[in-house]
Amino acid sequence: MENFKIDFEKTLKGSNLSEKETTFKNFNAKEFLNQGFPNRKHEDWKFFDINQIINKEIGELKFYSEQSEKSGIDKDILLNQIEHNKLVFINGQLEKIDFNPEDKNKIEFLDNQNNLDEQLVENSLINLNNALTNKSYKLLIKKNYQIKNPLIIYHVSNNKTTSQNINLKINFELEENSSLKLIDLVKDKSSKNFINIFYNFSLEKNSILKNYKIDQIENDNIRYMFNNIKQSSNSVSETFYLSQGSTFSKNEISCDLKGEHSSAFVNGIFSLNKNKHHEIKAKINHLVENTKSYQLVKSVLENKSRSVYQGKIYVDSKAQKTDGYQLSKAILVDETTEFNAKPELEIYADDVKCSHGSASGSLDEDSIFYLMSRGLSYKEARKLLINGFLVEVINQITDEPIKKLIKNLYGLKNEY
Amino acid sequence: MREKELEKLKDYKYGFSTDIENFKAPKGLNEDVIKFISNIKKEPKWLLDWRLKAYNRVKVLKEPNWQKPKYPKIDYQDLYYYSAPKSFKEKPKSLDELDPKLIETYNKLGIPLNEQKRLNGIAVDAVFDSVSVATTFKDTLTEKGIIFCSISEAIQKHPDLVKKYLGSVIPITDHYFATLNSAVFTDGSFVYIPPGVRCPMELSTYFRINASDTGQFERTLIIADKGSYVSYLEGCTAPMRDENQLHAANVELIALDDAEIKYSTVQNWYPGDKDGKGGIYNFVTKRGLCKGKNSKISWTQVETGSAITWKYPSCILQGDNSVGEFYSIAITNNHQKADTGTKMIHLGKNTKSKIISKGISAGFSDMTYRGLVDISPKSSNSSNYTQCDSLLMGNKCGAHTIPYIKNKNANSNIAHEATTSKISDEQLHYCQQRGLNSEEAVSLIVNGFCKEVLQQLPMEFAVEAQKLVGISLEGSVG
Repeated sequence: MENFKIDFEKTLKGSNLSEKETTFKNFNAKEFLNQGFPNRKHEDWKFFDINQIINKEIGELKFYSEQSEKSGIDKDILLNQIEHNKLVFINGQLEKIDFNPEDKNKIEFLDNQNNLDEQLVENSLINLNNALTNKSYKLLIKKNYQIKNPLIIYHVSNNKTTSQNINLKINFELEENSSLKLIDLVKDKSSKNFINIFYNFSLEKNSILKNYKIDQIENDNIRYMFNNIKQSSNSVSETFYLSQGSTFSKNEISCDLKGEHSSAFVNGIFSLNKNKHHEIKAKINHLVENTKSYQLVKSVLENKSRSVYQGKIYVDSKAQKTDGYQLSKAILVDETTEFNAKPELEIYADDVKCSHGSASGSLDEDSIFYLMSRGLSYKEARKLLINGFLVEVINQITDEPIKKLIKNLYGLKNEY
Repeated sequence: MREKELEKLKDYKYGFSTDIENFKAPKGLNEDVIKFISNIKKEPKWLLDWRLKAYNRVKVLKEPNWQKPKYPKIDYQDLYYYSAPKSFKEKPKSLDELDPKLIETYNKLGIPLNEQKRLNGIAVDAVFDSVSVATTFKDTLTEKGIIFCSISEAIQKHPDLVKKYLGSVIPITDHYFATLNSAVFTDGSFVYIPPGVRCPMELSTYFRINASDTGQFERTLIIADKGSYVSYLEGCTAPMRDENQLHAANVELIALDDAEIKYSTVQNWYPGDKDGKGGIYNFVTKRGLCKGKNSKISWTQVETGSAITWKYPSCILQGDNSVGEFYSIAITNNHQKADTGTKMIHLGKNTKSKIISKGISAGFSDMTYRGLVDISPKSSNSSNYTQCDSLLMGNKCGAHTIPYIKNKNANSNIAHEATTSKISDEQLHYCQQRGLNSEEAVSLIVNGFCKEVLQQLPMEFAVEAQKLVGISLEGSVG
């Protein structure tokens, strides 16, 4: 924590901030100093003791980063399977903006926003983020504009970086009747960093947000992503996680359904091996009548890996006619793996339909036998069953080209 | 005045208190009180030491605060830790020597100690405030070698058994209330079923808190030796008082090889009045250990009383092929709060557990199911099935489900389901159309909702429980 104090002073000095911003940052720094990294004593971090993980994996964490050297973008990180708008962040710093001419006028990207939040959260990692990000970014989709091509945000960290805390904060605003397709692509080449990304979404009436987070490339960073979504009436949010590459990863989503007929969908895949430890924590707050939420999370775990799903549906006493659903399933491929789930319901209204299910177990031997009796090898049979198990989640994706892209990235044939 | 009293009693028919002079230890929690309790019960030195060890831990422990229902701070120094009917200083030898007033109380409760003997063949051990009052049916049981007596008596007569098993499932290093109980427990029941014996009748304990400002800390210890079977019933009531009373009992079950224990509870402590004043804090620790191979422990509970219920009857499935079951109905009305559920800890191979939990909340109440299913890496071929359903009546109450599911074994399966719903208007309409009034209709539907659990109860209890379900929800619809 001494490190943090010194590094925080450094970041303050190196930037010219308004008085308000300085106070805000000081406040957040103080909160973080008081609380430190969350540990297993926090109910929310029971299965993912990030304090311990950082101590063990990284030890001394550097909070201050030199902004000088620009390393340029390796061509090979960019996707060419799909036409898209690009934003590239290297070590949390904006490196490149490339929007289609068509989309350009309707999207506004502001990179020098005051970093202020009126609302405070009880999460010391958000405090850390607020304290250390000098300027946050803002993406605005203008009224009545449906974005044509998806926007891909590349999260890159270069291979020289290590033991570094990287923070990034982006605010998204979707004005009335607008829509955004957003893909977060993790392309890390660095190792042993703690990456802390905080997204704020504000969805106005009738807007649609589709956010796909793909963490697929092997890397041994510790990653925390927090999506905070506020939805007005008739808005739809769809969030999909492919949680695979990083050694440690926790994705948290908090979604307030504040307008009638708004709905939220959270789908996730854990496909883990080699000591990886991933978690998805979703909290959906149904605050008004006639809202809907749906969560589906599936895990396939091999070789000492561990996945955690914590889902919570909160239904306010005003939120009658809520429809809430959670399902988590896991296949434990071998003896060394572990699946933990905590699917919670907290309900204060009586006219609701809420249910959850959770199941975990091994691959069904009978099904393997069936497939093998039809000529498949054990390996093929296993692969077929696992793919069939996971593809159900991918098929929840409502955007066809992106569904195809993700199947492609995961190595599934399209006919699944 | 009298009429007013009667009016009150309609809501909670066990709300009377009996005028019996009580013999109490001085108020407060300290070493002297513990020595006093130990002394009056003529306990051996090892037990006193054990109590004091527990007390030393209580001093440094903090009360748990993670549970959903919050309660005002309890002043542990303002409680009586020992209260016994005065006429009991010398323990009566037989039922005939009992204080007639006591017998009257039990008759009011519907536990006629005398008649019961002849009528329905249930052996009863009644605990009044903190002291075990009478145990019926001794002869029949002794014939089979079954020991069924108060735990104080067992400490005197069967010290080896008590010493061996007391605290083996709930050690003194447990959480606050369990440890407090270890330090100050006053009485409770003790059951030992010898190898190969099938207990010929249901054993039953009835708990009653009578005196005010008393905490009831009883301790139940049930040991089923190899190949034996026992079914045990527990019922509880308390008079209506404005202040909150604390009930922190410990129940330990131990099942050895091939043994089976069935433990049923109908808990109907005073829930407080309509505005949530008074009532019992029911902070109970219940834990069963399936120690031997092929053993089975089954918990069934109907929770309708108490201002705050906070208990998690658990099974530790240590022996291979052991089975744990948990059936629960929890009903909360008015300002009651319940945070209840179970823990199934799978340690042995081929262990199975089943959880059926039905929660019903009405009025301004709050109901939480909190459960843990933990399958350890060595516990291969194990399985768990969990189903927890909640029913809500009105939008001032809450129903919550917080399951923790941990699977560390690839050959084991866990399945969990939960739903939350309300009684649909169609269902009500259908029943009313056929001549039931709305309350009867609700009672019928709720009984149907709970049927899976009610079926698990022994006959005598099932009838009582069914009525209780109806009564607890009176006035919650309309």
